[in-house]
Amino acid sequence: MHVHRYERIWLSLGLVMLAIFIATLSVAALSEGFVPPSGDQTIDPTKVSQTPPFDHPGLRKVGDHAYEAYYVAHIFSFDPATITVPVGSRVTFYVTSSDVEHGFSIPATGVNMMVTPGWVNSLSHTFKETGTFLLVCNEYCGLGHQTMAAKVVVQ
Amino acid sequence: MTTPANPTSVALWPKGNDYDLSREMGDLLVLTHIYTATLVLGVGALFGALQGFSRANWIVMPDWFDYYRMLTVHGVLMALVFTTFFITGLLTYATYRSIPRVRSTRLNYTGYGIMLIGTLMAALTILSGNASVLYTFYAPLKASPFFYFGATLLVAGTWLVAYDIIANVVWFKKHNPGRKIPLPAFAAVCTMIMWVIATLGVTAEMLILIPWSLGLTSGVDVSLTRMLFWYFGHPLVYFWIMGAYLIWYLVVPTAFGGTVFSDALTRLAFVSLLLLSTPVGIHHEYLDPGISPGWKFFHTILTYGVVVPSFMTAFAIFASFEIAARKKGVTGFLNIVRWLPWRDPAFAGPGLGMILFIFGGFGGIVNNSYSMDVLVHNTMWVVGHFHVTVGGPVALTFIGAAYRLVPALARRRLFAPQLALASEYLWFVGMLVMSFSMHWAGLLGAPRRTSDVSYFGAAGASTWHGQMVGAALGGSLIAIGVLLFVTVATATYFTNKRAEDNPELAFARVDDEAAPVPPILDKLGTWAAVAIVLAFVAYAGPLAQQLNAHAYLAPGMRTW
Repeated sequence: MHVHRYERIWLSLGLVMLAIFIATLSVAALSEGFVPPSGDQTIDPTKVSQTPPFDHPGLRKVGDHAYEAYYVAHIFSFDPATITVPVGSRVTFYVTSSDVEHGFSIPATGVNMMVTPGWVNSLSHTFKETGTFLLVCNEYCGLGHQTMAAKVVVQ
Repeated sequence: MTTPANPTSVALWPKGNDYDLSREMGDLLVLTHIYTATLVLGVGALFGALQGFSRANWIVMPDWFDYYRMLTVHGVLMALVFTTFFITGLLTYATYRSIPRVRSTRLNYTGYGIMLIGTLMAALTILSGNASVLYTFYAPLKASPFFYFGATLLVAGTWLVAYDIIANVVWFKKHNPGRKIPLPAFAAVCTMIMWVIATLGVTAEMLILIPWSLGLTSGVDVSLTRMLFWYFGHPLVYFWIMGAYLIWYLVVPTAFGGTVFSDALTRLAFVSLLLLSTPVGIHHEYLDPGISPGWKFFHTILTYGVVVPSFMTAFAIFASFEIAARKKGVTGFLNIVRWLPWRDPAFAGPGLGMILFIFGGFGGIVNNSYSMDVLVHNTMWVVGHFHVTVGGPVALTFIGAAYRLVPALARRRLFAPQLALASEYLWFVGMLVMSFSMHWAGLLGAPRRTSDVSYFGAAGASTWHGQMVGAALGGSLIAIGVLLFVTVATATYFTNKRAEDNPELAFARVDDEAAPVPPILDKLGTWAAVAIVLAFVAYAGPLAQQLNAHAYLAPGMRTW
């Protein structure tokens, strides 16, 4: 098939760009261990309130500046509504839903994941600055969706 | 009678009353599809504008017609109904015009009728408040069964149109052994094959959701239905793009006396999109549980593959501009851009759309890189992105094409060409303002799909309101543009003077007719098989993962 010389050059540029994108992501994934939240643990959404650890949602200290936070998302709030951690803490969030699909997002921090009934999703984040962070549901879940929010206080 | 699009098929061009009658029937059929799309766009834009006003806190939606009901109407009408009716009409036109023959339009009309019944069923269910589930209808939000039935009928109707288009191409192949498929029909059938493969996903999802909504089953596997939705949801986007590309490659050059840059490369671009549309849907689910990072990465790489047909298209479009300009003695980038017919509504729409697509492409690269996606996922950024893609290049291209198609099919003169032109520039400027505000709001973290971003005055939400006002201002301009578009199209169709010179939406000639098209490109059956294999490879693993996880079923819920 005849392809014009200029088009060959142009398409090669495209392919080089493609290679750069893929290489960047591969390096991030392999060397820095950056992977998207992909929780693989299942849970019965109708029995969340009886299933440990989600029968007692909240913050657990697991080490020096290391915490685990267990959240239940349900219409139209998060449980716990507020957690408080010292600055510099690495918090691993575990979250599940007892009703419909929700989102779990602390805007502009990179804490962002889907909360699917039947699954536990998780990710870790280190809070390097003090302040009160807004935690919002960012997937439509019903008539009160715009009120579904919680707080993360970093002291 | 006009010259057919592909000069190689001249021998086929039938003469006589039977053909003229058949052609007229076909034109009326296409006009029915296109005009339905026009009205749907009008209604969808009205709800879009109200949404913008509501988010900017200019108005408060009443309890009997809440924000989310309105958002569902807007999303379903724009993403699923307007685009689908326009594209089924456009692909039918491309096929009928480039394969001239005496034919029956009954099957295609039946498809249209089923699409229309499905649309009315779904739309009335949403308007009555029984399906505020947004256009993604994520389970276990449970709508009335009429919503799922309606959506299924909409898809089923398109299959009859697809069958009609494929049957016409099969007829051509049978009666023209050794001849290549005319280029417009090739693009149409390629798009429809892609669509049929993609809609299998949403059909499978409906087979789960319909019995559940009727109360025959007690729960659904939520992540499975999400995966089936996005198996369909991303190719849906490429369905729109392929419709717009058909116009860019084959119609836009006629506005400045140009030609199609290359027959073979045009076919290659459509085949690439056919292959790359389906096996990429998981990039919408990067932040979902239950899908391993490995499969997410696999879909990322295939998604980036779309760089190839995109670069090819950009090259072909500019080449077609430059070749035509040079023939008229115009050289130099800026001179060529200035020389283009920006005052012709049939060019200005697609042309302005191409400019918006540059932003769309850039945003798409960000969304697909999951390290960046985590910052913008489900924020207003994403809303800005799809408005500057489907709401930019795609819708503007369709509007521009409609300004040729409606006069051609109704055999009338275009009503008030200046208003037609104004509708496109208003849309363009409005979309720039609106999508810029949305992207910015997204970077500041404002979530999408909420009626209000104030969060009771929380500090973290204080920066979001200003962008919502910008979006509402841009949205107002777009809504005025749509109002003008619907007015011009309606006035052209129903009231304006008959055109004596038989206006026509013709397809451009191919520049390099001498250059042979590799026969392999025309083997659409083979490409369809490759597309199915790719879809299987990309989804068999993730689906097996979902099914092996023995996920619990979630009971349905009505939370609105």
